Amino acid sequence: MPVREPTPLLARHPDLPRRLAAVAPGAKLLTRPAEWAPYACDGLTARRRRPGMVAVPADAGEVAAILRLCHALEVPVVPRGAGTGLSGGALPREDALVLSLARLDRILEIDPEARTATVEPGVRNLELGEAVAPFGLFYAPDPSSQVACTLGGNVAENAGGVHCLKYGLTVHNLLAVDLVLMNGETVRLGGGGLDGPGLDLLPVVCGSEGLLGVVTRLRVRLLPRPESVRVVLAAFDALRRAGDAVAAVLRAGILPAGLEMMDRLALRAVAAYLGPGYPECEALLLCELDGCAEEAEALAQRVARCFAEGGAVEIQVARTPEACRRLWAGRKAAFPAMGRLAPDYYVMDGTLPRHRLGEVLETIAALAREHGLAVANVFHAGDGNLHPLILYDAGVPQQREAAEALGRRILEACVAAGGTITGEHGVGVEKLDAMCIQFGRGELERFHALRRAFDGKGLLNPGKAIPTLHRCAELGGMHVQRGRLPHPELERF
Amino acid sequence: MGDRTRELAEQVQEAARTRTPIAPLGTGSKGFLGNPCRARPLATTGHTGVVDYQPAELVVSVRSGTPLPELVRLLAREGQALPFDPPAFPPGGTVGGAVGAGLAGPGRPWQGAVRDHVLGLTLVDGKGSVLHFGGRVMKNVAGFDVSRLLCGSLGTLGLILEVSLRVTPLPETTCSRVFTLDAEAAQSCLARWLRRPFPVTGAAWEGGRLHLRLAGTEAAVRAAVRRLGGEQEHPAFWTALRDQTLAFFRRRDRRVLWRLSVPPNAPVRGHDLEATLLDWGGAQRWVLAAPDDPGPERLAQTLGGYAVRFRQEPPARPWQVLSGTLLWLNQQVKRSFDPAGIFNPGRLHPGC
Ligand SMILES: Cc1cc2nc3c(=O)[nH]c(=O)nc-3n(C[C@H](O)[C@H](O)[C@H](O)COP(=O)(O)OP(=O)(O)OC[C@H]3O[C@@H](n4cnc5c(N)ncnc54)[C@H](O)[C@@H]3O)c2cc1C
Repeated sequence: MPVREPTPLLARHPDLPRRLAAVAPGAKLLTRPAEWAPYACDGLTARRRRPGMVAVPADAGEVAAILRLCHALEVPVVPRGAGTGLSGGALPREDALVLSLARLDRILEIDPEARTATVEPGVRNLELGEAVAPFGLFYAPDPSSQVACTLGGNVAENAGGVHCLKYGLTVHNLLAVDLVLMNGETVRLGGGGLDGPGLDLLPVVCGSEGLLGVVTRLRVRLLPRPESVRVVLAAFDALRRAGDAVAAVLRAGILPAGLEMMDRLALRAVAAYLGPGYPECEALLLCELDGCAEEAEALAQRVARCFAEGGAVEIQVARTPEACRRLWAGRKAAFPAMGRLAPDYYVMDGTLPRHRLGEVLETIAALAREHGLAVANVFHAGDGNLHPLILYDAGVPQQREAAEALGRRILEACVAAGGTITGEHGVGVEKLDAMCIQFGRGELERFHALRRAFDGKGLLNPGKAIPTLHRCAELGGMHVQRGRLPHPELERF
Repeated sequence: MGDRTRELAEQVQEAARTRTPIAPLGTGSKGFLGNPCRARPLATTGHTGVVDYQPAELVVSVRSGTPLPELVRLLAREGQALPFDPPAFPPGGTVGGAVGAGLAGPGRPWQGAVRDHVLGLTLVDGKGSVLHFGGRVMKNVAGFDVSRLLCGSLGTLGLILEVSLRVTPLPETTCSRVFTLDAEAAQSCLARWLRRPFPVTGAAWEGGRLHLRLAGTEAAVRAAVRRLGGEQEHPAFWTALRDQTLAFFRRRDRRVLWRLSVPPNAPVRGHDLEATLLDWGGAQRWVLAAPDDPGPERLAQTLGGYAVRFRQEPPARPWQVLSGTLLWLNQQVKRSFDPAGIFNPGRLHPGC
């Protein structure tokens, strides 16, 4: 083991491990660099740092004790779930303690009559889904990372999934949390029923990226599993047509359980990974419908009609669970499949008004050509939530920079179309500059003030989610006021 | 249709300068909610109009002073509706008021609360700045979710100028069924039924009758009626429940109308069932009690929830009790929006 400098955290507080052990005797304390590798980054692997040190407490009481101590010592803290976040929200800092919630991993209660579950934050999303399935219930938010990501991380990012169009995001399915504040105090937000007393702080905590408090317990609602499911596949020979078909389904008063799109490049990656399955085309839509048997079938036929009228060149309807699974398999494999096309990819997460999908997809294609990079699209079309995947090779000089520059242009296009820079992956460290496009000084000030209301010293996950006013000023006033970019004629970088 | 943004913001700036408490309101139809507070009314009257509505987008952006019935009619013409089905208390109500009050109709457990459908809003904060949060898109995690926080804040955080709301298609068909059952039997029926994917959008019990509303596609509703049975009932029941014009609410007299928010399956045994109406499948319970009877509040706590004095005349006691860190945090958040404390001071709690 090479001798290393102590991290700034341990250099400043050499006795921190001892004091942590005293207040949280059950916690695992990782103080040796050899133990830190898994904590160096999250799903945004392009950014890595050494943690100051890592603590893995055994229970909520220890979380509170650790935060209280760090508060007193003014030690910054980075909460961490499974580290699958895609925006660097759990990226460590050398002057901060990483607080892993991994060991708070118990399902505390499943109440099938109230249709709720109470869990600790380290429980994995899929694990909860599997635990409630025998009761005929499901937990709706189903991020593609559900095998690995934790429910605490889902709350902190307001995670969504394929079924959010009909069944909502994490915020719509969250009933209560126990939140430990930076000063070590615990508050329960939400209540035993559908709402809680006082201001509704729950939605503020949802998506707060670990800046407001640490979630140590959460209660979620469960839904009855639909009796019957159909999946309609439709192939289109133009992105714009597929985009318009999405709008047509919604306009017809149909709210599908899921409505996803893949473009030609994404389809090619999937075919290389899984073998042929989907028809070759410019854009593919997958639409899931559910309900009682008669209802699911009737809806599937109406959707198929919408797609046919929208110019689909091929339509398939899956009616058995096995056939549905087959149609979904390629979509589910899309992210891992990208490895077949390029060594690295960079996922964007902009959201748009749905009627502008087709147009913005064309803009993205043009921007990609301009930057000399390929972009594949696999995304939640029904929600208007784009996931352009910028393919690049970090081994080639300047490609990572080019990918990031393209990413920024794509987000500008989203904001200019009346959308947002992130639908479900969060701002983290990655989109701090993009936040300056979306918000003006007044809004950013309000965010900082709200943060101080929870954490007066600003010690929880500092440097994430909300850019400083100074940073935005340095970027030079890029705020896109209500869909209009200042100086659209200028080249951006 | 008029845009009074400038003028309303200036009035807030003026109030901030002179530290004059102000009460943002629409028509004042929900003025009875919360603690009484002395503040100069600042009405959004005339700040009206639909700013953007594209039915295929399932989103409407509307100025806060727009009368609620006007918006509901506009949506209905396109076969759409506000999923949270806000109550209409006389004299009427505006969109801003519906969002600020945060009240949802009987469909709440299935169709969501007000905040579940607020995608973005524009507000004037306590310094008089006009700020935009959220947007018109379905998913958005850029910045803290201030828009949803404003729902139910009763005008204590700012003056709402404009809201973008998610709307939903009107159901193909709606059907109301009624069953003669005592409260415990009704509760055990609901425990079984609501675990199955029936298209339920309302479940309420009062006076020995369980009312069930089913809505959705013809096929789903027909199948559910076949399996659940019950007798046909006029759907007007649900509007009367929502707007509190049912006989139950009119029997109130001088009693306090409590709202209890509890787990839906919390036992009904502790309730005076003559004076109780269960809504939201049991998760929202309306209880009538004598003005000095603290029973409902204690009961709610025992059942794992909380209670508010929804209607009391005169408003002699605090409408809701908060304490400890949660009260402190509420006060902190209030101060972060309204440092001078001009918006409805004390309406929610002391210091907020
Ligand atoms: C292949 C892949 C596919 C993905 N697909 C989706 C998708 O479909 N939809 C989607 O929404 N996301 C998706 N993601 C992103 C990611 O999985 C989610 O953001 C997830 O919610 C993160 O959970 P986590 O446990 O990994 O959290 P982490 O990455 O560990 O942390 C995320 C943030 O939450 C904070 N945090 C973690 N736990 C807590 C806690 N208990 N209290 C307070 N703050 C906490 C951290 O500080 C950090 O800011 C995907 C990621 C990958 C790698």
